Amino acid sequence: MKRAFGLAPLVLPFLLGGCNMVTMNPTGDIALQQRNLILFSVAVMLLIIVPVMVLTVVFAYRYRSSNPNKVYDPNFDHSTTLELVIWSCPLLIIIALSAVTWTSTHLLDPFRPLERISADKPIPADTKPLIVQVVALDWKWLFIYPDLGVATVNELALPVDVPVRFLITSTDQFNTFYAPTLAGMIYAMPTMRSELNAVLNKPGESWGYSGNYTGRGYSDMRFKLRGVETADFERWVAEVKASGNSLDLPKMLELVKPSEKVPVMRFAPVQEGLFDRAVNRCIEPGKPCMIDIMRQDMQAGGGNPHDSHMGHGMPSGREAEPLTGERAKPALQKAPQEKGTSPNVTKPVQPEPPGQLKPGDPKNRDQSATDPLPAICAPRSPRA
Amino acid sequence: MTDTLIKTIFGRLGLESFPIHEPILLGTFIVVALLGLSIVGAIAYFRLWGYLWREWFTSVDHKKIGIMYVILGIIMLLRGFADALMMRAQQAIAFGGNEGYLPAHHYDQIFTAHGTIMIFFVAIPLVVGLINYVMPLQIGARDVAFPFLNNLSFWLTAAGAALTMLSLFVGEFARTGWLSYAPLAGLDYSPDTGVDYYLWSLQIAGVGTTLSAINMVATIVKMRAPGMTMMKLPVFCWTALCSNVLAIAIFPALTAAFFLLMMDRYVGTNFFTNDRGGAPMMYWNMVWIWGHPEVYVLVLPAFGIYSEITSTFTGKRLFGYSSMVYATVVITILSYLVWLHHFFTMGAGPAVNSFFGIATMVISIPTGAKIFNWLFTMYRGNIRFELPMMWVVAFMLTFVVGGMTGVLLAIPPADFVLHNSLFLVAHFHNVIIGGVVFGLFAAIVYWFPKAFGFKLDPFWGKVAFWGWVIGYWVAWTPIYVVGLMGTARRVRHFDDPSFQPYFVIAAIGALIILVGILGFVMSIVMGFVKREKLRDTTGDPWDGRTLEWSTTSPPPAYNFAFTPVVHDLDAWYDMKARGYERPASGYRPIHMPKNTSAGVIIAGLSFTLGFGMVWYMWWLAALSFIALMIVAVGHTFNFKRDFYIPADEVARTESKRQRLLGMEA
Amino acid sequence: MTDRALNTQESAITWHHLDQEDHDHGGGATILGFWIYLMSDALIFASLFAMFGVVSTSYAGGPVPRQIFDIPLVALNTALLLASSITFGQAIPHMEAGRLSSTRRWLAVTGLLGAAFVGVELYEFAHLIAEGAGPQRSAFLSAFFTLVGTHGAHVTVGLIWIAVMLVQIGQNGLNGEIKRRIVCLSMFWHFLDIIWIGVFNFVYLYGVIR
Repeated sequence: MKRAFGLAPLVLPFLLGGCNMVTMNPTGDIALQQRNLILFSVAVMLLIIVPVMVLTVVFAYRYRSSNPNKVYDPNFDHSTTLELVIWSCPLLIIIALSAVTWTSTHLLDPFRPLERISADKPIPADTKPLIVQVVALDWKWLFIYPDLGVATVNELALPVDVPVRFLITSTDQFNTFYAPTLAGMIYAMPTMRSELNAVLNKPGESWGYSGNYTGRGYSDMRFKLRGVETADFERWVAEVKASGNSLDLPKMLELVKPSEKVPVMRFAPVQEGLFDRAVNRCIEPGKPCMIDIMRQDMQAGGGNPHDSHMGHGMPSGREAEPLTGERAKPALQKAPQEKGTSPNVTKPVQPEPPGQLKPGDPKNRDQSATDPLPAICAPRSPRA
Repeated sequence: MTDTLIKTIFGRLGLESFPIHEPILLGTFIVVALLGLSIVGAIAYFRLWGYLWREWFTSVDHKKIGIMYVILGIIMLLRGFADALMMRAQQAIAFGGNEGYLPAHHYDQIFTAHGTIMIFFVAIPLVVGLINYVMPLQIGARDVAFPFLNNLSFWLTAAGAALTMLSLFVGEFARTGWLSYAPLAGLDYSPDTGVDYYLWSLQIAGVGTTLSAINMVATIVKMRAPGMTMMKLPVFCWTALCSNVLAIAIFPALTAAFFLLMMDRYVGTNFFTNDRGGAPMMYWNMVWIWGHPEVYVLVLPAFGIYSEITSTFTGKRLFGYSSMVYATVVITILSYLVWLHHFFTMGAGPAVNSFFGIATMVISIPTGAKIFNWLFTMYRGNIRFELPMMWVVAFMLTFVVGGMTGVLLAIPPADFVLHNSLFLVAHFHNVIIGGVVFGLFAAIVYWFPKAFGFKLDPFWGKVAFWGWVIGYWVAWTPIYVVGLMGTARRVRHFDDPSFQPYFVIAAIGALIILVGILGFVMSIVMGFVKREKLRDTTGDPWDGRTLEWSTTSPPPAYNFAFTPVVHDLDAWYDMKARGYERPASGYRPIHMPKNTSAGVIIAGLSFTLGFGMVWYMWWLAALSFIALMIVAVGHTFNFKRDFYIPADEVARTESKRQRLLGMEA
Repeated sequence: MTDRALNTQESAITWHHLDQEDHDHGGGATILGFWIYLMSDALIFASLFAMFGVVSTSYAGGPVPRQIFDIPLVALNTALLLASSITFGQAIPHMEAGRLSSTRRWLAVTGLLGAAFVGVELYEFAHLIAEGAGPQRSAFLSAFFTLVGTHGAHVTVGLIWIAVMLVQIGQNGLNGEIKRRIVCLSMFWHFLDIIWIGVFNFVYLYGVIR
């Protein structure tokens, strides 16, 4: 009885070929190598897991007290040979896996430029990777194609068999850029730029997700990943360019505001340097860029090192106020009137249509704002 | 003016803070309130308040404190499991156009509360409670090293739990996930009471856990019975020692992380903010330096439990005792070196990632050795398949799968695919349910007769067993599968309808686990009803091997009339084998610690301090803090903390027991 | 120790200690327990130091250490605290010898030095905040105030403890219980001294030469 349930997960790896398991049936070369690694490691580990499970059941059955034909040796508590075996078996498996881990971690490092397009296709000598800048916004994905001058929201189109280099950041939250069919996931973090090198080998549509919880709009923060042939990709770029919907700083400022269930948007032309501003947290006008502040910090802001009097050399009074804009007032500084009331708003009060932008609304930055429960939203097309 | 006054008094507590518009919460509140009132009323009616206060709440007896910990853990398990059922129901129906029945605002609180409660207020109290009850008996001690501190630790944990529960009806709980990652948990993105409730309740409970860990380590190191060298220490005590050493080493990191986040929220510092130099990633590091070893804090004592039970029910000495001990120590040390595997995908670089990945895998070597040790303890044994042993076998079959997926997740490139997916969620439920929860149930069944003098009802115990084991596999196998289908965790609503069958199966599995939980509650109820039939008069109902079985069930307040002298690892087995007879005379007065109410009062004041801080009622917080200091200092002026149990009382207790044993014979 | 065999059949084996009536088997549990507590407290400080290390150059365009640290003042403060450790060391032999009034005197001197330390630190903090270099200004200042402030709060607790011990010595004399508490207090006090040496070097000195 127990056996049946114990063995259930063993069947799991054999189900992995199922058409639904995108991670087991990916369209990108990196994801494919990751899958092969998973299957290989599972196979290696089953070498020890299966015997253990079988032995557990066999011993439990054979040495049951109702079995009169068993050997009972109450003082059998040590055997150097057995000890050697039970420590060395897992050790050998782990040594094997460690070797694989070391090499595969280096080979499949997301920052490492690709060396092949697929197992049997090397990268042509003059190929430059397509650069895609990814910005995780609350709660939508912005993709900027800087070399093509186009940008999209919640839609990522990639030409097949062209190496892609993603540069990834986030405006507010720790997010993960998760494209299971392409290359797994990597964090998108404010003030930081992560990278992912990947390639798509087959045309087709799939979904990409946000993997790390970021607040109320998180569940619906996903993008359509479209793999298209090179010619179709060029047609798609031309289509986006024809839309004439430009993305510049003011528009970006609008986009940064939280919104949920955002439909696909397409922009062209795209102002340069938006991604750098996102990384450096200076999309808001007048806000100094992180990189400049850090440069200033590095020069350590003057001051005479030999004069150690308190406060010497620092900007006094007002000038020492924060460089950045308004921020939430800490609890202990709040006057009684400023405390407000913390309501229990589990139930939505005013339903709003999904994806509405409210520029400038102070609630935009407030994750505790009431969650609008849309009446009924149209079912989206199922994943291809 | 009046508004200022009201705000000064009530802070941000207002009428809106109560969920009067929310039917689910209101209904829960009414049921809880009625239940609570009827319990309070019943206790008052039967005039039990005085008894409870004198004999339980203020007690410094490690056995009573252990039992109170376990009761707290079981109550919170019901709460945490209710959350789990709500999540399963939501995920089973929220597809395509159907948004499910929980808005994000509610759903996000539920998964946060579920994780927080299950780890901090279910697993920790149950583990600490069992250690509290069993460990001093196993080492032949009369109490722990610091009995008052033990009482205080329990009540601090209970105060933290109460604060978390209060958030259900007054204000809201956090919507940030069970570790409340920055910057989401910062003031900018979570300005309401949720994260404050989270921080204060865990901080208060965390102090309790740290103090308790210090207490347990000092007890094991200093209070073992004569003759019990470290290598004659029962395995459960070894694992308790390692677990508590680990807890002392990691809880400071969590305390510091929470403290800094509190500073961010209350004082406006910039530790984990995005702007002005803050380093949110540091929060992740600090909570995971706590978080990963915490898994071992919980699972090591469970390993100890399996060892004790396997040895008892196979009627054999534990195979490879010393390799078991070394394995435990190695796991303890290694678990401190692996935290980064929780965020391989942050891009620390291949060298760092593979170091932490390989370090993680290395832990599976001693863990694997332990599994083999249990296996070879069963080998050539005489296995009695009573409930505790059934749990052990179920554990071995379940846990190895969780171990395997764990090693899989430790390989960084594989983690790039599986991290933050439901595969990961299935993995840690696999090891925590299969490893920790099964062990806790085994332990409760195993030591219940010791604590109460009668066994649990075996039929309902089997219902609980099969409910949990079958329910676990039905609930979590489909979650592994949807994880491989590329679904992220904590998602409230899906578009792809092909996921739905899996979530429906998972929900059915959760219902089967519910049967298991109800079966467990019934096994206690029916055990109580049939207690005369299930009575244990010998004090040794399972033919045990360690010292706790040498005293009566339940043990007298002083545990042992004479301090036992230990000659063998399986001390009680050794005593039985060599024809030991109980002494019937020569009793002496026994020196014992006195009960004190200081623990309850200090914990109560911590609760009001936390409440005042959560709701910005500065006067309440300040008042509570000052009162807390006064009580704490005042307690040090009380030097009359001990008393003697007179020799004739000891003689009376012991002769009653002799009579019982005589009846048995 | 008069262990007596109880078992009549096998008199060679001792199964019980008869004269053990205490609830604990040996002394020193308190000292050990307090020592473990200090180690866990040290880990809290380690976490704060780590946090400080991570953000110690994140000035956010604000003041940098050598602009705001008044090294002579901090050196004076360091001297006060180190001196207080010496004076506490003076109290211990008196306590061991049971000399009540000299024990109290040395403890009181320690307390005064500690109070002066806290006073100077508060003055420094007030000055910095008035200058606009408060804990909200930058991550570096947040970490500075939190680390130094946490140490200061510990010293304050130590001061309260010294005051309590002075009263309790007066009430009870130097019995075993009181002596044990003073030993724990001295461990606590020296521990804070060690932490401060870390703060002085790592935060102040290393800060100004950076």
